[in-house]
Amino acid sequence: MSTGNMNLTLKIWRQKNNKAKGSLVDYKISEVSPDMSFLEMFDVLNEDLVAKGEEPVVFDHDCREGICGACSMFINGRPHGPKEGITTCQLHMRSFKDGDTIVVEPWRAKAFPVIKDLMVDRAAFDRIIASGGFISVNTGNAQDANSLPIPKVQADSAFEAAACIGCGACVATCKNASAMLFVSAKISQLAQLPQGQPERYRRVQSMVAQMDAEGFGNCTNTGACEAECPKGISLENIARMNRDFYSAKFVSEESI
Amino acid sequence: MASFGNAFSSSIGKKLIMGITGLFLISFLVVHCFINSLIIVNDGGLTFNMGAHFMGTNWIIRAMEVVLFAGLLAHIIQGFRLVFQNRAARPERYAVNNGAANSKWYSRSMGLLGTLLLIFLIVHISKFWVMSRFTGIPTVDANGNHDLFAVMVETFKNPWLVLLYVVAMVSLAYHLLHGFSSAFQTLGWNHKKYTPLIKGFGFWFSIIIPLLFALMPIVMYLGYIN
Repeated sequence: MSTGNMNLTLKIWRQKNNKAKGSLVDYKISEVSPDMSFLEMFDVLNEDLVAKGEEPVVFDHDCREGICGACSMFINGRPHGPKEGITTCQLHMRSFKDGDTIVVEPWRAKAFPVIKDLMVDRAAFDRIIASGGFISVNTGNAQDANSLPIPKVQADSAFEAAACIGCGACVATCKNASAMLFVSAKISQLAQLPQGQPERYRRVQSMVAQMDAEGFGNCTNTGACEAECPKGISLENIARMNRDFYSAKFVSEESI
Repeated sequence: MASFGNAFSSSIGKKLIMGITGLFLISFLVVHCFINSLIIVNDGGLTFNMGAHFMGTNWIIRAMEVVLFAGLLAHIIQGFRLVFQNRAARPERYAVNNGAANSKWYSRSMGLLGTLLLIFLIVHISKFWVMSRFTGIPTVDANGNHDLFAVMVETFKNPWLVLLYVVAMVSLAYHLLHGFSSAFQTLGWNHKKYTPLIKGFGFWFSIIIPLLFALMPIVMYLGYIN
């Protein structure tokens, strides 16, 4: 941890577009306040680049308070940087030391093509959701409290799965670029609630089929996704997805 | 049947094949380790040869041998396919990737450990299994059983082979350290109540079985059992 302002060397992945070949480019940045967020440090860098007439670094960001899932930087070999349980926007420069070299790369996966620099196309996640990550019943007006009895543990477990913000850190860190943690969270948030039951077994088949079609890798249970997830999504969700998938394929009569 | 077909070609289905064949191979390790441990009687191999004779002649065991080879081949072929498919899912590698921060090295190296085991298996099968099934074991012991024990003693006079066996068993230990509990996770058996039991049992299993296997060539080379 550092208190004074810092001088840092950044090695940032620059890539003109999806077709172009990218490379790491060195940037020196001085007088970085430890109170800056990582993205604010990038804002300062980009201001400098614009002032010098150079192309600013393109990166995804939106809410900057850790709830939208837009930011996506692979920092020193880890998604969202060295801290646990936070996204890149919540990472502060006090987590680094004066003189550090910081390598910043985009999420890397066949299913997440680079659009430009550090920005990748995560539409594959949207297509997986569109293939079944919803309920088709009309829920009407808000129900009276407790009119749909749900055991507390189950409600909690569904809620924990629903905490997934779809940032893609799981895919980015997985040695196989597998999307199983994301997909299992999206399946689990519905599979444990009464409204999710009618489509439960159709949903798991559709979403897994779409996940495979997008070119994500296969899970080998290394647990890296769970360790790096900013929302602490558990591997228990993957086991639940597996169980639902087997039930759907081997027992259920419904097929997609 | 079409539905079963596309179940096994899906990413979860492929894991299921690895998990089921893996657990089956684990069950084989137990049997193999038990039979081999009979050398500890140290009676010039009479008990061990009796066990080997049973394994070679009992028809249930012989039938299971076919299933074993099928399971082994499925595990190997599927394993290699997964390695290549997973590599293709990330065409451009990271310049810096700190895998050690979030996972165990052996969980990320199952393909490498498995390949080491495959090389070992080729040597191992050609040394012992081919001889006991096809080319024939040259001598018999006092009970009239084929003297597989004598072949073992002869083989483990070679220090290089002893080294290969020990290295292979270290690979096996790490392969199991990830594979044992991973297979249960793949089957969907993840629960707060018994996942710690599976992990605990898997840990000791992964150490004890390979250790027993590795001790056999060592004690024979050192002449404690002959």
